[in-house]
Amino acid sequence: MEFFWTQLWPLLLIAIQSLALMVALLVFVAFILLADRKIWAAVQLRRGPNVVGPFGLLQSFADLLKFILKEPVIPSGANKGVFLLAPFVSVLLALAAWAVIPLSEGWAIANLNVGILFIFAVSSLGVYGVIMGGWASNSKYPFLGALRSAAQMVSYEVSIGFVIICVLLCVGSLNLTDIVKAQDKSIGMFGWFWLPLFPVFVIFFISALAETNRPPFDLPEAESELVAGFMVEYASTPYMMFMLAEYVAIMTMCALTTILFLGGWLPPFPIAPFTWVPGVVWFVLKISMVFFMFAMVKAFVPRYRYDQLMRLGWKVFLPISLAMVVVVAGVLQFTGWAP
Amino acid sequence: MLAGLFFYLFAGMLIASAFMVIAARNPVHSVLFLILAFVNASGLFVLMGVEFLAMILVVVYVGAVAVLFLFVVMMLDVDFVALRQGFLQYLPIGVLVGLVVLAELIMVLGAWTLGGATPKTLAAPIPAGITNAEALGQVLYTKYVFFFQVSGLVLLVAMIGAIVLTLSHRTGVKRQDPGAQAARTPETAIEVVKVKTGEGV
Repeated sequence: MEFFWTQLWPLLLIAIQSLALMVALLVFVAFILLADRKIWAAVQLRRGPNVVGPFGLLQSFADLLKFILKEPVIPSGANKGVFLLAPFVSVLLALAAWAVIPLSEGWAIANLNVGILFIFAVSSLGVYGVIMGGWASNSKYPFLGALRSAAQMVSYEVSIGFVIICVLLCVGSLNLTDIVKAQDKSIGMFGWFWLPLFPVFVIFFISALAETNRPPFDLPEAESELVAGFMVEYASTPYMMFMLAEYVAIMTMCALTTILFLGGWLPPFPIAPFTWVPGVVWFVLKISMVFFMFAMVKAFVPRYRYDQLMRLGWKVFLPISLAMVVVVAGVLQFTGWAP
Repeated sequence: MLAGLFFYLFAGMLIASAFMVIAARNPVHSVLFLILAFVNASGLFVLMGVEFLAMILVVVYVGAVAVLFLFVVMMLDVDFVALRQGFLQYLPIGVLVGLVVLAELIMVLGAWTLGGATPKTLAAPIPAGITNAEALGQVLYTKYVFFFQVSGLVLLVAMIGAIVLTLSHRTGVKRQDPGAQAARTPETAIEVVKVKTGEGV
């Protein structure tokens, strides 16, 4: 009995917590998907999905049923094992990042000391799902999409890394909870890092778009050139898993933006009516706001050409973010603000 | 108890996937197994309490190096039959290298376990109460700062060398100049011409 309480119970508790978080996250993603389509439609003066359920609220669930009930098609020339493994890898890696994200104070499944590095590592692995899917399809468009994606995600990771270093210099810890706590100042939202580190905030936001293959950087699946890129040969549930992984990865990036620059679960002003609201509500609100910006960018901006994308990553963002690391480190050193 | 279980899980997976790297017929499968081996090695690092190194291993090797590796292997048009042919021919050399590595590993392990004095001779034991990254930084930027800088310099030279080897400026290629494009105004870009009827421009 003692063995159960000391060894198995913590494990079981983590499993229950993970399951709860996963279910909540997936339901949230279902509505985020709908929001994405609704916002896009609103910008184009359309109505968007409005048939299934009130205001089309159940559209994502109807899509889910459709994807699951369709027949999965595996091309005869495909490398079957890798072909089916690819969507699993994508979903697994996308969901794994949420293990360390603190939804509120102490609300993280694993409060790692290297939390930010964990997210960075897991999100850099996300490229494998795309490459494996593209290669295993044994078809030309998916392969081109996979190659583009490999180059694109590796390029933008570099600038994301430097941006994260800038924030870490101001915090002095790799722990996500500590990063949020470092933004807890008496001036509320003006003490969050988006204001003092505004240039890197902008770079991070644009790099996050590129890292998650969102428009205007959705070159791995550019439908006007590559039909659907690495997802051409996928149908039914495997396709749905790629889709799901993409949106969970977008949620992760929104959450990371919130934690690094927008104060995580902190209320915008540390005074009475705002502090009554639980932290997790602020966190979800901020994620939704960042996602709204993601969706608006999708509606506004035309797709980049491939060479322009590479130029932006290597010739614009890399030098600027590198210079920002030097500037931030110098300012912290000479003003004595370094933690 | 659980740590031991996870150790054997990670170690077993590591050895199995490392074996599959050389046993797999398809080179792309080999690279994928190599990636699995890296991930399991980082799991072992986490069990040992060196979480910073574990994450760096994943970010650098799995996230960047192995991606480029996979990229190259996927692009190559490998002839599997030709690949198999040289196998027996290179077997003696391979066995020799393997034996040397094995002997060295045994010697290292022997010195570690039989010597007994290892913890005292550790260059910089991790002080209690600070995180991994902090401990590493304190040693790397004070005691070993010279070696750190030199290794950075070596990498810089290697990078410049790679660029010099591969960069070729072909003439006659039309390139986009975003600065010049953005600097265009209606005055420099458009010319308004009054065309008389029947004469053309």
